[in-house]
Amino acid sequence: MSMAGTDQTWLRRNRMTVTPLLFLLPGVLFFVVYVITPIFQSFGISFYRWDGLGEATYVGLANYEELLTDRNFEVSLWNNVKWLALYLLAIPAGLFIALFLNQTVAGIRLYKSLFFFPFVLSQVVVGLVFSWFYLPREGLLNAILQALGLGTVNILGDPDLATYGIIAAGLWPQTAYCMILYLTGLNAVDPEQVEAGRLDGAKGWKMLWFVILPQLRPATFIAFVVTIIGALRSFDLISVMTNGGPFGSTRVLSFYMFEKALGEYGFRMGYGSAIAVVLFLIMLVFIGYFLWQMWRDERDARRG
Amino acid sequence: MRSIYKTGVAALAASTMLAGAAFADAHGALSGTLRIVSDMSNPGPRAVMEGLAADFDAMHPDLTVDLTIVDREAWKTQIRNVLSANPPDVVNWYAANRMGPYVDAGLFMDITEWWDAGDFAGLESVRGALTQDGRAWGVPYTYYQWGVYYREDIFNELGLSEPETWEQELANCQAIVDSGRACYTIGTKFLWTAGGWFDYLNMRTNGFDFHMQLARGEVAWTDDRVRQTFANWRQLIDMGAFIADHQTYSWQEALPFMINGEAAAYLMGNFAVDQLRNGGLTDDQLDFYQFPIITPGLPQGEDAPTDTFHVAAGAQNVDAARAFLKYVTSAEVQTAINGPEGLGQLPVNANASVADDEFIQQGFAMLSGNAQGGIAQFFDRDWPAEMASVGMEGLQEFMVFPDNLDDILARLESARQRIYQ
Repeated sequence: MSMAGTDQTWLRRNRMTVTPLLFLLPGVLFFVVYVITPIFQSFGISFYRWDGLGEATYVGLANYEELLTDRNFEVSLWNNVKWLALYLLAIPAGLFIALFLNQTVAGIRLYKSLFFFPFVLSQVVVGLVFSWFYLPREGLLNAILQALGLGTVNILGDPDLATYGIIAAGLWPQTAYCMILYLTGLNAVDPEQVEAGRLDGAKGWKMLWFVILPQLRPATFIAFVVTIIGALRSFDLISVMTNGGPFGSTRVLSFYMFEKALGEYGFRMGYGSAIAVVLFLIMLVFIGYFLWQMWRDERDARRG
Repeated sequence: MRSIYKTGVAALAASTMLAGAAFADAHGALSGTLRIVSDMSNPGPRAVMEGLAADFDAMHPDLTVDLTIVDREAWKTQIRNVLSANPPDVVNWYAANRMGPYVDAGLFMDITEWWDAGDFAGLESVRGALTQDGRAWGVPYTYYQWGVYYREDIFNELGLSEPETWEQELANCQAIVDSGRACYTIGTKFLWTAGGWFDYLNMRTNGFDFHMQLARGEVAWTDDRVRQTFANWRQLIDMGAFIADHQTYSWQEALPFMINGEAAAYLMGNFAVDQLRNGGLTDDQLDFYQFPIITPGLPQGEDAPTDTFHVAAGAQNVDAARAFLKYVTSAEVQTAINGPEGLGQLPVNANASVADDEFIQQGFAMLSGNAQGGIAQFFDRDWPAEMASVGMEGLQEFMVFPDNLDDILARLESARQRIYQ
């Protein structure tokens, strides 16, 4: 009886600590089981040769050594770099569309919806629409080029152009996403500061650069985060538009990992895991940066 | 002919009696649930499979047939999970090398005894494709021929006849190209169609046995004989035999070129006939010929992929699974499901009758009379999976950039040395 009494008082005394921990517990548990553990498992599997069914053979760093000489891996890695660099164009593009739409004229809601529309579409639909757009004979793009008297081009069939074609398709919804982030950001811009800037003679680019953009920093940060993540998740567009082809020239690491580990002719779990580890390390650079940035912002906020 | 027929009937009767005796008790006792996972997801095959399950269910009052149909492409990656976790009793798959990983991993049941007990009378000739390590691991239920499907009306218009030699083939193709058409339509986006071309060119240039040596990794990809195959292929590529931009199309997206008359022919499996007919081509416009001979005197090898049923190693209702395999491969069922109302393909049972269809008949005649070289399964089933994937990518690249051949062959050779070690 007395034991139970002390228990209750201990709980009562510490409930400010215990309650949030209890609420966190299920989430943390799932995160550990479904995210953290598989990451370490991938590290482990990457040292084995394993078809996913039979016995796994320990091969040390052999999978990583093979990666070094694997031309497909090199192509995929470079394509990832292209995706990361070019996908960032969505941020300025989204910003300018947002600035353009941030005005009060009749029907502006309709225009905003139309610009936002591609983001609502599934990536698969975007991929299909763009692959029809690019079709070598019937596609709209070639119809336009021919009407202008220029020759035709088979973007998705040309190993030098195909990746850019897919990135362009990906930029369509991504720009819409950044635009919506900036539109909400623009609502929070302080009109007094704009007014003050105007009195001091700022206008045009100067106004944008020194007055508006600093106030949009939180929106820019989020836009940067989602764009980087979007670029690294480019799997579905590639799968729909080219299936990695022509002859593997549009693969990125995530797609190559899927092909090697889980695809129709794959089932090299060790090798796939090695690719996944490399991809994870690349992501880790960005994740580390984001976490550091967020930690710094919170620290500054607390001080302020 | 007569005697063969008689023997066949006698064998069938004998086996039925034997099986009848052995099964007298088991037959009525089939009960519980028979779980089947099938990949026959295209509309026609799906109806066939659903019919089979329903009929088998009706034959055995105490037995419930639980059929799950999985998308055919998705099944290629799902089969592993399905077989290793909570396996069903019966699954669909493919013959030859494609079943190797599952046999090695012990996921397919060894059914050699059922074969030896005469369950599958009439299937003796196809047992080889289901055999690995001297044991039998499944049964086939259908197969189909590959070959050149062509526009008879275009050939007539240009005064061409079915080519039998490589010279005739090249001359025909030149005439077709001169008329402003492509000789062949093809869509290589998903790569395997290029594998079909390589199979035929290599089997005709170097013979079936060499082709299989290459598949087993016993010959270097940089071998001069392999180069000769590519040189022959290049003759067609350089004269503009194939449609442009084929790397962008799937095999279905390449069909309109033939239907619209922009291309005269298609090297394909017999499953294309259905699509070509649906596209509006009549049997007067459409015909079939066996891939022409390149090196004279080599017996012809043919691609004839076989689709199969297997019993999972973890099957719960083995008796029902055995009865189902026997049922599916029986002569009557084989006649019915491979008929024009069903799959429209070739029955695997020698005692079944071949459907009265122009293309099925031609394919049957070709495979039974003019394929002395041997029957191959297909590039992506004869080669180990990984080699097939690297290989088909190289074949596609060769078709677009034939000048890259040296680089492609060097790459395939280094892949061969790694994969077969």
